[in-house]
This record gives sequence, structure tokens and C-alpha cells, in this order.
Amino acid sequence: MARTVWNSTVGKKTVMAVSGLVMLLYLVAHMIGNLKIFFGAGEFNHYAHWLRTVGEPFMHYEWTLWLIRVVLVVAVIAHAVSAYQLSRRDIKARPSKYVHRKPRASYATRTMRWGGIILALFIVWHLLDLTTGTVHSGGFETGKPYQNVVDTFSTWYGNTIYVVAMIAVGLHIRHGFWSAAQTLGVGSRTRDRALKTTANALALLLTAGFLAVPVGVMTGVVS
Amino acid sequence: MKLTLRVWRQKNADADGAMSTYEVDGISPDMSFLEMLDTLNEELILSGEDPVAFDHDCREGICGACSLVINGDAHGPERTTTCQLHMRSFADGDTIDVEPWRASAFPVVKDLVVDRSAFDRIIEAGGYITAPTGSAPEAHATPVPKPDADFAFEHAECIGCGACVAACPNGAAMLFTSAKINHLNVLPQGAPERETRVLDMVAQMDEEGFGGCTLAGECATACPKGIPLTSITGMNKEWLRATRKAGRR
Ligand code: HEM
Ligand code: SF4
Ligand code: FES
Repeated sequence: MARTVWNSTVGKKTVMAVSGLVMLLYLVAHMIGNLKIFFGAGEFNHYAHWLRTVGEPFMHYEWTLWLIRVVLVVAVIAHAVSAYQLSRRDIKARPSKYVHRKPRASYATRTMRWGGIILALFIVWHLLDLTTGTVHSGGFETGKPYQNVVDTFSTWYGNTIYVVAMIAVGLHIRHGFWSAAQTLGVGSRTRDRALKTTANALALLLTAGFLAVPVGVMTGVVS
Repeated sequence: MKLTLRVWRQKNADADGAMSTYEVDGISPDMSFLEMLDTLNEELILSGEDPVAFDHDCREGICGACSLVINGDAHGPERTTTCQLHMRSFADGDTIDVEPWRASAFPVVKDLVVDRSAFDRIIEAGGYITAPTGSAPEAHATPVPKPDADFAFEHAECIGCGACVAACPNGAAMLFTSAKINHLNVLPQGAPERETRVLDMVAQMDEEGFGGCTLAGECATACPKGIPLTSITGMNKEWLRATRKAGRR
């Protein structure tokens, strides 16, 4: 069955939809967690520590966190590989353009592809910046995420990269959430409006929620 | 009406094509688009030139033979087939671009004619029922709930023209394939092949080199028969159901 799924355009799209929804679920949790920064360094850093001790004593220190990380890495790779393979196929299926161009024809497709590439680059930068500290501005301190976040959003490039990426996330989810419903066969004419409204609400909520943090730092609410 | 036409001319499948410009005069607004092209061809023939090749058959909007991307729209600016498009949809003095369907699964044969036999092979893969039909059965022999009958009829309207493929930024044949699958899968007559139909037709569609669906929605906007985008959702649902069932067996 795995072969049938992976070898079919419909199946590969299902892989995209499921992995996309897994990432979406994570993003909602991540966004809510981030908002704790508005309650001060103590609460935020404590929350970050808690993430490493969730599930104890059944789980060992950081086991739950690593489990989530593995699921996410699998989701990101499955999503990106399917996106790449499907996009290659799509471009091959329509090699010559019409002389008379209609720009609207590929709006959603183009934003998904460019948005996806932006998101992939962002994920790498974000991990190197705030997880490993490799490209962090100023002194990165493990276990002090509050201070690290403030450092990042005190640089113009940190803010720019982040704002662009969060707008990309919003656009991606706007088309992606509704698309995933169609891919998984749960969309219908009667549900269409509800699905589109949910997609828009989720997109807006995530973009606004994530952007609240850099805006907080920029305006001095968080420092 | 006097019009300037820019038409895709291509000698054969292997030749390079290009847009050629022609002037046509004395076009009546009540002519169909194809009659306008007939007028152009008469002039071309009289002046010893090769007439523009284009597909057509019924000229009643029911066979699906006519095609043409007109000013970037499959079947032109109205939501109908090219044979049912009238010149009153254009203004005197307009320049009109006429191109063939473009998709690697629909190679150009000549000028505006493309080879759509990939659709035939998708149908051969499962777009039929195996129950012996014979003469028309008694109407009440196999009851079909009204909503199912309506659903089947809506999808049965697909005339296999390929406008959906032409309009799709990915050259995907999802709308055509889903219309055929939904039409038969909802009916009791189509039930014995319900799973194999969707699996085989989707596999054949992929085999032919059509692209995948990114839900851009251009197909449903271009479809002269109003096959809805949710048709693809229905096909995905049938495909997932059939795949799960096959996995359990
Ligand atoms: C690695 C970075 C990413 C890349 C390269 C990427 C790329 C893409 C592309 C190209 C599509 C459209 C594919 C198609 O319609 O055929 C898509 C769809 C989608 N993406 Fe992403 N994306 C990425 C990250 C994300 C993230 C972080 C989320 C989580 C919210 C997400 C959620 C979705 C969803 C739900 C869909 C719809 C799937 C469907 O149409 O069934 N993506 N992605
Ligand atoms: S779905 Fe519509 S556009 Fe596509 S082949 Fe059928 S009638 Fe033509
Ligand atoms: S010629 Fe038959 S549908 Fe146009």
C-alpha cells in the first residue's frame, strides 16, 4: 500500500496533506508557547525547561522533546520531498507556456512553491539561530531562550527574516489548509465556506501570534 | 466585423511552431468562432495557402471535439465550447490570439489540433461498467436515489474536451478523470468496479504524464460543462477508500 501511495500523484498529495497538518498542529502549539514571552523571562525560560521534562518520570529528560523533533523532521522531509517531486512533474506536464499569458492561472501554485522554499530556508536559519545558536547574534546561552529571542529581534535582519517567513506561513496555510481538506476528501460544496473561513482564521491567527513576539521586542514591551 | 488573428501554426508534431498574423473581414457577430475560422480558411485556400487545422465535429457543444485557447482562455471568454462561442463576444477591430491546448500529454499534431488519445486510454483503464446492458432495462429494476442520480448526471455531462487540462497550470487531467469516476462510482451499475476503477484510472492518468493537482481551480473555471472542483475532492476520497480497502485485503 505504501508503494501505491508514494507512486501516485493523488497518494503523494495525501502525504503532503498529512505532513502539512502535522506541522500545522505543531505550529499552533509553538505559537501559543511563544506568547509566554510576554509574562517575563522567568515564566518563558521555565516553560522552555518544562519542554525538556514533559512526561517525566515515564520519559527521561528530553525524551518527549526528541520524540516531537523526530516526528517533525519526518514530516518536513516527507512534505518537502513530495512537494519537490510533484512540482517537477507539474512543470514537465506543462512545458510550453501560452503566448497569451494569464497571470492569475498559477497564483496559488506559485505562492505555495515560493512560500515553501522560503519556509524551508527559514526553518534551517531558525534552528541555527535559536536552537543551536550557530548563527545567533550576541552571546547565545543554552537554557536562556528569553535572552536569546530578545537578541535575535534586536537585529534588523533577524526581524526581516522572521516577518517575511511568518507572512509566508500565513499564505501557505491559507491555501494549504483548504487544499489538504480537498486532498483528504473531506471538502464538499456545503463545507466549502466553513473550510475557507477556518483556513483564513488559522492563517491570520498564526501570523499575528508569531509576529507579536518580534513586535513586542521592537516596541520594548519585551526586553 | 474586421479582426486581426494571431494563430499558432505548426506543420507537424516535430516542427517548431509560431504565431502567424491574419486579417479577416466581413465577419458577422452571429457567426460561431469556428465559422469565423472557416471564413479565414476559405481565404487561405483561395490564395493557395495551407488552411489552419483545427478539431471540430458536432458544432452543437456536445461532442467535445472542438478546442482552442482563445486569448489565454480555453474555449474563449464565455463558459461554453468553442463551437458555441459567437463572434458577438468580441469587438470589431479586436486582435485575437488562438493557440492549441498545451500539455505534454496532449502533443500538437498540426496547428491547433492536439492528440487527446491519452483521455481514451484513461477511459479504457476503467471508465466503463462490466454488467451486460443489452436493451434498456425496466426503469424501476435498479432504484437509484434522486441525489445520486443528480450527482451522476452532473458528472456525466463531461464531454472529454480537455479544456481542464489546457487551463491547468500543471497540465493535470484531474477534473476529467474525476468526472468519469464520480459518474460511475455513485451508481449501483458502477459498484462492482468501484475500487479498481478509481485506482486504475488514476494510475493511467499518471502514466500519461499529466501533472498533479494543486487546487488552483482553473479547470473548473474553464470547463464548458460546469464540472465542479469538488469533483476532484470526490475522486480523492474514492481513491483513499479504495487504497485502504486494497491494503486490508
Ligand atoms: C519545508 C518547507 C515547506 C515546503 C518546501 C512546502 C511546500 C509546499 C508546496 C509546494 C505545497 C503545494 C503542493 C501541491 O499543492 O502540490 C504545499 C502544500 C501544503 N503545505 Fe507546505 N511547504 C513547507 C512547509 C509547510 C509548513 C511548515 C506547513 C505547516 C503549516 C505546511 C503545510 C502545508 C499544507 C497543509 C499543504 C496542503 C497540502 C495539500 O494540498 O493537500 N507546509 N507545501
Ligand atoms: S471536465 Fe469539463 S473541461 Fe474537462 S474534459 Fe470534461 S467537459 Fe472538458
Ligand atoms: S464541435 Fe462538438 S462540442 Fe464543439
